[in-house]
Amino acid sequence: MSVTAGAPPPEGFRLSQLINDTRYRGMTIQIVALFALMLAFAWLISNAITNLEALGKTFSFSFLWSTSGYDVNQRLLEYTSQSTHGRAAVLGIMNTLVLALVGCITATFLGVLAGVARLSKNWIISRLMTVYVEAFRNVPVLLWIIIVVAFVNETLPSPREFRGQETGAIIFTNRGFYFPEALFSRGLGDWDLGLFKISVDLMAILAVLIGGLFVSSKINSWANAKQAATGDRPNVLWYRLGVVFLPVILLLIVLGFHLGFAELKGFNFKGGTYVRDSFIGLWIALSLYTGAFIAEAVRAGIQSVAKGQTEAAYALGIQPGRTMSLVVLPQALRVIVPPLISQYLNLTKNSSLAIAVGYMDATGTLGGITLNQTGREMETILLLMAFYLVVSLTISFFMNIYNERTKLKER
Amino acid sequence: MKSSVFFGTLTAAGLAAGLASAGTLDDVKAAGELKCGVSTGLVGFAAPDADGKWEGFDVTVCRAVAAAVLNDASKVKFVPTTGKTRFTALASGEVDMLARNTTWTFSRDVDLGFEFVGVNYYDGQGFMVPKSLGVTSATELDGATVCIQTGTTTELNLADFFRSNNMSYEPVPIETNAEAQQKYLANACDVYTTDASGLAATRATFESPADHVVLPEIVSKEPLGPLVRHGDNQWGDIVRWTLNALITAEELGVTSANLDEMAGGTNNPEINRLLGTEGDLGAMLGLDKEWAKRALAVGGNYGEIFDANIGPDTAIGLGRGLNALWTQGGILYSPPFR
Repeated sequence: MSVTAGAPPPEGFRLSQLINDTRYRGMTIQIVALFALMLAFAWLISNAITNLEALGKTFSFSFLWSTSGYDVNQRLLEYTSQSTHGRAAVLGIMNTLVLALVGCITATFLGVLAGVARLSKNWIISRLMTVYVEAFRNVPVLLWIIIVVAFVNETLPSPREFRGQETGAIIFTNRGFYFPEALFSRGLGDWDLGLFKISVDLMAILAVLIGGLFVSSKINSWANAKQAATGDRPNVLWYRLGVVFLPVILLLIVLGFHLGFAELKGFNFKGGTYVRDSFIGLWIALSLYTGAFIAEAVRAGIQSVAKGQTEAAYALGIQPGRTMSLVVLPQALRVIVPPLISQYLNLTKNSSLAIAVGYMDATGTLGGITLNQTGREMETILLLMAFYLVVSLTISFFMNIYNERTKLKER
Repeated sequence: MKSSVFFGTLTAAGLAAGLASAGTLDDVKAAGELKCGVSTGLVGFAAPDADGKWEGFDVTVCRAVAAAVLNDASKVKFVPTTGKTRFTALASGEVDMLARNTTWTFSRDVDLGFEFVGVNYYDGQGFMVPKSLGVTSATELDGATVCIQTGTTTELNLADFFRSNNMSYEPVPIETNAEAQQKYLANACDVYTTDASGLAATRATFESPADHVVLPEIVSKEPLGPLVRHGDNQWGDIVRWTLNALITAEELGVTSANLDEMAGGTNNPEINRLLGTEGDLGAMLGLDKEWAKRALAVGGNYGEIFDANIGPDTAIGLGRGLNALWTQGGILYSPPFR
């Protein structure tokens, strides 16, 4: 706008300026839009309140403390049908988190592997990976979940077909897989925290392991210092392995560690670690599905690194494998990490499809049976939304920290 | 996905608010069709036939109400609901009534704000197992894997039954009957549990029904009946008395065969009141005189509907049992039309 226009207009502010004057127009539109948005929300909320009142329903979360009356199959906490709805919700939340965690880890492995392999010079490998990515990316994940679970259910033998047979350490049935479990004949028992119990054995093992790793890293930095000072690196590999493993093995012997195997008793196998068919199906399907998206992100990341980088590395005589891991991937991470975050979020949210195959995640307990038995649709759905929101924001938060660390340092 | 459900609920609640001022009867008349919530497919009770036309025991109740109110049994929009979605659908006004194998319980009646208008099938929860298991009683099921249709009273009864018998089990909650059936047939569960009538209906669709047995234990009382929202008493009365008309007609011997003849007037004043040739019960409901006659013309009286859909001569083959009239050893009993 010109400043040499002369004296300001004689009249003061007129209302029409709010629309005609470019200085005010943007502000006007924003304020009107804001009011419209607030009105829309106010209408929705007041509507919900009037209708809940019309139905004679109050808004209260007290149902969380009443007896649930139903059973949950996969229990990471102690739970019976006499526990509360709140505890059932916590159980479901833990089931969701376990699924999301293992899913994200395997999806990342699969994705990086497939993404790198898709750029392979080997024609068969790169085509196979293309087929994998396109097949999984373009079919709804619910179908994959149902297909994998149906595959487990229909193809593997049912427990009763194992009757009279010698079973190995790992048993594959159409109701899930049984693995040996860790048992302690001289265990330290559990530490009761009221809400849940913690295995003291596990804590002790973890403490010793972390201590060992800490000492090991100290030895390493001592060796580094020595190398820097004298140019001679002492061989500390055996010491490092020793301080990590020896105390743990010693502790396991003291605790009387042994493996417990699953045995067929009655209708099902008893003992061992039981991984349910629904969990396996969800895990495999979600990992493969999300892995396909991650593969594309990884491929895009690798291709975003200038070819000169690879050529320079080759010119220095670095082998192709090490070029990928030392030169290309670290630079590609800048491009890979942001889409990776949203893939993790997708996987976590997609885990709510679990109810289709009978896995009792948060949607199955809180948003399923509890909702149905108590009739508290509004409250349970709000709680569920809050839960998924918190989980997603937490994942984003940590991944953003990681993103900060990998991004280009501008000096 | 979750948020869309939430806003969907809000929107549905909003729409219902707009309609709440008028009575359900006026809404149904204005819309020209009855929206009736039924199950997603339980042969004999509510399932579409080969031509996509809904039929079954519960479906006929919906059609009878539509005939009484709208004078046309075909003007029903059937809304398939799962055990989980049915109450939200009714509460939000998505359906005008539910006829969906729904158990009348205290909390549903009182806390959820619904009105059960009566019982059209007295049922109880049972267990089905493959014959090859050799199980003869539900008390032998310790440690079994049990497939359940989720969102029902079934999972509560199940938990209570196993707890009171000091047995353990592995619940596999499944959303719909079809998926639970697939799991059961693949031996991914040992037992399938739901209402005994549902078990019979499910078994009838199996390739070899004779390979499966329903165990003798009935572990609960499941009075199944149609329900409407609390608060609209006129609408509740219409559905209630349509159901009662079907039951009373059987008691009085009014059938689809002699309906027209009886509607010409009889010596029995109760038949005359029912069919509208004497008094004007219809007007008290806000309907015309012949409402009950039209309801009966759909599929005949209760006994005829029962026999045609789930009776001994059908594939489902349920006996009348408790559902026989009180005069014939059952507990089916309608208040008088007076």
